[in-house]
Amino acid sequence: MRLVWSRCGHALLVLWGALTLTFLALHLTRGSVVDAIVGNNTQVTPAVRAQIVQDYGLGRPLWQQYLSYLGRLLHGDLGTSYQLQTPVRAAIAEQLPPTLQLMGLATLLAVTTTLVVAVATARRPAWLRAPFALLEVAGVAVPQFWLAILLLTVFSFGLHWFPAFADGPAGLVLPAVALAVPMAGILTQLLRDGLERALEQPFATTARARGQRERGVLVRHALRHALPPALTIFGLLLGSMIGGAVVVEQVFSRPGIGSLLLTAVTGKDIPVVLGVVAVTATGYVAINLIVDLLYPLLDPRLKD
Amino acid sequence: MAVADLPPADLAVLSGRRRARGVGPVLAAVFLVLLAVAAIAPGLLAPGSPDTTSTADLLRPPGAGHLFGTDQNGRDVYTRIVHGTRDSLLAGLAATALALAAGIVVGAVGALGGRIADNLTMRLVEVLLAVPGLVTALLIVAVAGPGTTTLIMAIGFIGMPAYARLVRGQILQLRGSAFVEAAVAQGLRPARVAVRHIIPNAVPPVLLLATIGTGAAIGASAALSFLGLGPRPPDPQWGAMLQQGQDYFAVAWWTATIPGVVLTLTVLAITTLGQHLQRRFDGGNPG
Repeated sequence: MRLVWSRCGHALLVLWGALTLTFLALHLTRGSVVDAIVGNNTQVTPAVRAQIVQDYGLGRPLWQQYLSYLGRLLHGDLGTSYQLQTPVRAAIAEQLPPTLQLMGLATLLAVTTTLVVAVATARRPAWLRAPFALLEVAGVAVPQFWLAILLLTVFSFGLHWFPAFADGPAGLVLPAVALAVPMAGILTQLLRDGLERALEQPFATTARARGQRERGVLVRHALRHALPPALTIFGLLLGSMIGGAVVVEQVFSRPGIGSLLLTAVTGKDIPVVLGVVAVTATGYVAINLIVDLLYPLLDPRLKD
Repeated sequence: MAVADLPPADLAVLSGRRRARGVGPVLAAVFLVLLAVAAIAPGLLAPGSPDTTSTADLLRPPGAGHLFGTDQNGRDVYTRIVHGTRDSLLAGLAATALALAAGIVVGAVGALGGRIADNLTMRLVEVLLAVPGLVTALLIVAVAGPGTTTLIMAIGFIGMPAYARLVRGQILQLRGSAFVEAAVAQGLRPARVAVRHIIPNAVPPVLLLATIGTGAAIGASAALSFLGLGPRPPDPQWGAMLQQGQDYFAVAWWTATIPGVVLTLTVLAITTLGQHLQRRFDGGNPG
């Protein structure tokens, strides 16, 4: 239990650090903060500029601004978007569900593929695993945006299997595949490697000596041994999926956090960018915290 | 994008035990030599100008006259790919160099600067890793504005923490080794021991990882260019070519397919070669 609390405390510290650095990044750049917030938006009148100074409390000392920034974050107040003219919090809340759906389906696809392919190809003859190994390596090397374009062209425009830009579940398939491929490629390689290592361990020999068949040893013993390390990387990949979502949502013209972030970046809508960074960092830290906490449950050797 | 976000140290795990096939690294090396020629002297491989437009040859499919076809302005795709090599690779290479240099400094300060410095740098690394790489990169672009310089800075910045961690680990390991103790026993000053003995030995494994990291950085820079945050058109840059080709994909598949294939092969070749080198230097034999 002490471990749980210390992990949580550590995660909070890391998150606080990330938010602080974000704050500093905005305030320590060249030029005034107002310019950074306004960006290349030419329709900003002096009155709006004064409003920004007022809203952000830019006349006050930096440490006061910092404290009020943290205070507003604690209350879930992320400021107001200068392009959308709506609270950032509302904009994010509106765009979050499509992205979560996309990432959820992608994760499901990636994890299922990983488990099936890794278990099916571990310790198999080279001719069987070579094509999979090639696909895995190519899946990691292929630029995600290009993969997305290819999928869109071949399966929507060419074969008409899936609608190109639909809102329904059918429209979710191709973007989810594009998002899942790199994750599946990395995880499959890792998991198979772990399985093959585990099958050489003494406990595998013991299980075989008790008369268990090789597939049984693989599924019942080796898999349990190989999963925890793969889980750590899975946590990292899950967080980085938000980066993939930016690209995939752009190609498939889907709404979502990625599109919101990209529009905000091109339009220099700094409050939205900061809001998305804050939400993403929170999610990322939380996912990795959960993985950290699950680890001892999966690997009893770490319980003490 | 996943690879760009993944610390090189984790990518290294992937190269662990897969058996190297003889031809892979050789093919990769040949391809990279071709790329190097294209980057240094594009005229040797493609004598024409990448910007020559021809209204008679709009969107011609690949064939005898145009090896990879022509684009929507009648420009030869092959020539544009060859001439775009330098810009497409340079950003990734520069970003990796930047990440590496910054990572070595931060890692060395952490490992050699005492407990406070170690705590500060490693907490910083943790904090930087707490935001997904591409999101950090987009934040930097948002604050600094799009362009090649920002692109390099952003990708270099998100690559730094992983190298810093590895350098620190390497140095801490070397500090306890016999030859460093011998150097200290001979009465060399700590700074001299660090510069002459520890750092040179800590760098090679990091350089190997950087090879793999370069592939990821090239992919990331193409992705940012594709999102319209990189160099301005009309420079032939693979990511930008892909973005423009996307609009004509339904009628002319080659305009976006071929730059994508070249980009994928580039990342693949660099990764293959990096993993091969890593296996060799990790003490085991590559075969």
